[in-house]
Amino acid sequence: MATRPVEIREGHDTPGHHEEPSFFVKYLWSTDHKVIAMQYLFTGMFMALVGGFFSYVFRMQLAWPGESVPLWGLVTPAAYNMLITNHGAIMIFWVAMPVLIAAFGNYLIPLMLGCDDMVFPKLNRLSYQIFLLSVVVLFSSFFVTGGGFGGAWTMYPPLSGEAAYNNTPAGQTIFIVAVALEFVAFLLGGINFVTTAMNSRAPGMKLYDIPMVVWMIVIASIMFMASVGPLVAGAVMLIFDQTLNTAFFDPTRGGDPILWQHLFWFFGHPEVYVVLLPAVGIVAEVITVFARKKLFAYKTVLYTAIATGVLSFTVWAHHQFIAGIDPRMANIFTVTTLLISIPIAEMMFVYIATLYGGSITFSTPMLWALSFIATFLVGGVTGIFLGASGSDIYLHDTYFVLAHFHYTFYPIAIIGTFAGFTFWFPKMFGRHLNETLGKIHFWLTIIAFNGIFLPLFVTGVLGDNRRIPNHQVYPELDNPLMNGLREVATVFLVVMLLAQFVFFYNVVVSLVRGKKAEKNPWKSNTLEWTADSPPPHGNWKELPTVYRGPYEYGVPGRSEDYWPQNVPN
Amino acid sequence: MSSARPIATTRSASGMPTGRLAVWWVIASEIVIFGGILTSYVMYRLAHDSFAEQAAHTNTWIGAFNTFVLLTSSLMAVQAHKAADSGDGAKAARFLHYTCLGGILFILVKSFEWASEIGRGYTISSSPFWSFYYTAAGLHALHVIAGVVIMFIVAAAAKQYRDLHRVELIGVYWHFVDVVWIFLFPLLYIAK
Amino acid sequence: MIERFLPVASTYAGDIDFVFDLIFWTVGFWFLLAQGVFFWLLVRFRKRDGVRAQYVTGELKSEKRFITIPHALVLVCDVFIVFFAIRVWYDVKQHLPEAQQTVRVVAQQWAWSFVQPGPDGRLDTADDIKTVDELHVQVGTTYHFQLVSRDVVHSFSVPVFRLKQDVIPGRVITGWFEPTRTGTFDIQCAEICGIGHGYMPGRIVIETAEQHAAWMASHSNREIAAASGPAAGGR
Repeated sequence: MATRPVEIREGHDTPGHHEEPSFFVKYLWSTDHKVIAMQYLFTGMFMALVGGFFSYVFRMQLAWPGESVPLWGLVTPAAYNMLITNHGAIMIFWVAMPVLIAAFGNYLIPLMLGCDDMVFPKLNRLSYQIFLLSVVVLFSSFFVTGGGFGGAWTMYPPLSGEAAYNNTPAGQTIFIVAVALEFVAFLLGGINFVTTAMNSRAPGMKLYDIPMVVWMIVIASIMFMASVGPLVAGAVMLIFDQTLNTAFFDPTRGGDPILWQHLFWFFGHPEVYVVLLPAVGIVAEVITVFARKKLFAYKTVLYTAIATGVLSFTVWAHHQFIAGIDPRMANIFTVTTLLISIPIAEMMFVYIATLYGGSITFSTPMLWALSFIATFLVGGVTGIFLGASGSDIYLHDTYFVLAHFHYTFYPIAIIGTFAGFTFWFPKMFGRHLNETLGKIHFWLTIIAFNGIFLPLFVTGVLGDNRRIPNHQVYPELDNPLMNGLREVATVFLVVMLLAQFVFFYNVVVSLVRGKKAEKNPWKSNTLEWTADSPPPHGNWKELPTVYRGPYEYGVPGRSEDYWPQNVPN
Repeated sequence: MSSARPIATTRSASGMPTGRLAVWWVIASEIVIFGGILTSYVMYRLAHDSFAEQAAHTNTWIGAFNTFVLLTSSLMAVQAHKAADSGDGAKAARFLHYTCLGGILFILVKSFEWASEIGRGYTISSSPFWSFYYTAAGLHALHVIAGVVIMFIVAAAAKQYRDLHRVELIGVYWHFVDVVWIFLFPLLYIAK
Repeated sequence: MIERFLPVASTYAGDIDFVFDLIFWTVGFWFLLAQGVFFWLLVRFRKRDGVRAQYVTGELKSEKRFITIPHALVLVCDVFIVFFAIRVWYDVKQHLPEAQQTVRVVAQQWAWSFVQPGPDGRLDTADDIKTVDELHVQVGTTYHFQLVSRDVVHSFSVPVFRLKQDVIPGRVITGWFEPTRTGTFDIQCAEICGIGHGYMPGRIVIETAEQHAAWMASHSNREIAAASGPAAGGR
């Protein structure tokens, strides 16, 4: 099959019979990878709004404790805990993962590999439906007696295992069920990503001809699969502890709460890289196109990604340095944690080196991709403080940690998504975004983002602990400097959230009135740009054949400065 | 996926059938799930001597019998695969039905065993050992039930000589279920 | 750097601050260098008419140098940081100097209580001194603390000591500190422990030998603690 270059595709319905499918079948019950990608994308964006709103409420409380928050009211301690817990869980499980892995993975993998759909389209649909169900389940937890779960997204027992401790008898179980459903959705989705990338590549596409973002999503899916298992087992155990009164994590009956922390972080740390890798993949695609440059040392990038993936399974206990584990273990995990800085630093060096000798256009997607590199560097270097056991004794669970991981997750989940979304928007919807509005949105967002989290590094170093609704309870934390910094962060958060209206306005206006996009507006090499904008069902009339790698820009001796993968010579 | 299979499904750039890749993916993810629960169990076991005393109340003979049942059913799955390879769908279906029978027998014995243990007061909330005992074996039993259901569906198709490659796939899965039990049996029954 | 904003009140607080500063300057240098190169490249190679991008694969040895040399330097920095981090870690968490005093710290939803030996110098006897949300210690004395929790995971955090340690139900976790200056400072809970997590502020009062002796005398034989019974992991 792999050598058959030409295939004529009809619709999924009976061949030759072009009946327009109903709205329901076309958009809600579709097995088309592009439609499923859009479902994931828009669900993820909606959840980002929910998570963003939650952060607005608790940041208002932190800046002006005890005052009524507009659109919410008074923030009780129970509500505060529920808000921070669900903000964290939503942003990671229901925003970063669906958008970066599922949306971009579903959209790009078949298009970039030159095939007509995923290998298992119905499984793909099922994966989204389970994901949607997990969203519904999560939302239902906010409205049950006792309210939503408030034991932090890390769900440490015994707090999470016993209703008497967390005061959310129903919310605690519903929350874990929602998370578990989300895991199932992504395990099912992973089947498609990996099998499609392994088996359904276009004829002629060798392993090193695969665009980096596809590699990254595949590696991320494998890492997710390999790390989530113990936590699935842990989730079952925790649900049984809550509902069947088992004794897995109950210290009074021989259980061990620390076990949960191991199970959680064995998943939790690789999870960081699971969402990181797709984002750096997107950035690789964007910077090569807008610098007109071949990706510097393709294989090095790939190997650093694999090295990061493997190493990330050996660092989990740095989340538990001071959690009562054997102190000797901390030494091992300090070494592995600092070791992982090497492949990641190397990846950033490669990206910076890619810019050398380029011809850089500062379009909106490029601005996002470049700001990813600049801001992710902040997140990277501040991680060293926390990976080093000696300084973590003090910094653990302070706002320094919080600012650090927001400087990693924000570039990943928000900046990476905007880079990808603005880059592939012409392909997805057949129209261009407005460049001016895009740049206004970019600058507002990026300045506000730094305005939120730079002050929080400072308050963290000065002693602010996480998950405390009112720092002014503590005399050492109640001083004009720290109160001022908290207010600054909150003001910038509001600016950042408001700036997103510019984005949504831009999207809506561009969808209606935007400039029509041709097939390949950015003069890019990869296969998705050879399909129509937007690609029809089945993507191509004739599936493409591949002749070279994806990053042949500026090849000497050619009149054009790009050389698409599907052009014979 | 019957009538309108995308071209993507028919390609095989790696040389491995896509269905087999998918089954290995499922099995890999199951291995880490069971790996998580069994590793947790072993950690507790090493930390608490009380586990050994409580494990003494499990019935090794029933466990051994069930091991025998599962191993035999796996043998039947191998025979079904052989028949499917030679294109004999009806024979493959027959052997798959024998395999199902093994699975059902396993579940029946298991229910009897659990009923008697619960009758003697060892429930899932008695102690960490019994929590693990019921959770790990219960999770495994769920896989047995799922396997039996899928096997009936595959056998029905095989009988009509459709999708014979699936006989191998469900067989691989069934061997995995078997192997999990091979780990569970000594851990829960023998190590006293 | 931290010491400019937050008093240093234990023997190892300065060491932890030192590790922080060390990392700050090391990674700060790298950070500025990387950002500097990055922004320089953006300006230097911005799109100009008639100038075409160069074709650089990054596969040649002469090109890879730009990656492998920084790679090796990062490794050297890592080794350097690991060495100092582990040295401080060993001092604070892994080794336990001889105790002159022992104090038991009991965490629960949502209060701290502290048990100190009375005149007989031993815990779990009738003359134990129990206090709630206020720990009195003597400057220049090596203390062992025993952390126990009555319900969920808490974290015993004393910022001026730069000390933080989770409190795990079902376990007794022992550590040490030696106060170096007098004063009254915060004790915080640093692990979410339910809806009252933000509202369990404790205070640590570091006193001179005379003050401490006077305090001991005034509290002997007086049970103040609301929490009663021998403190243990049970609920």
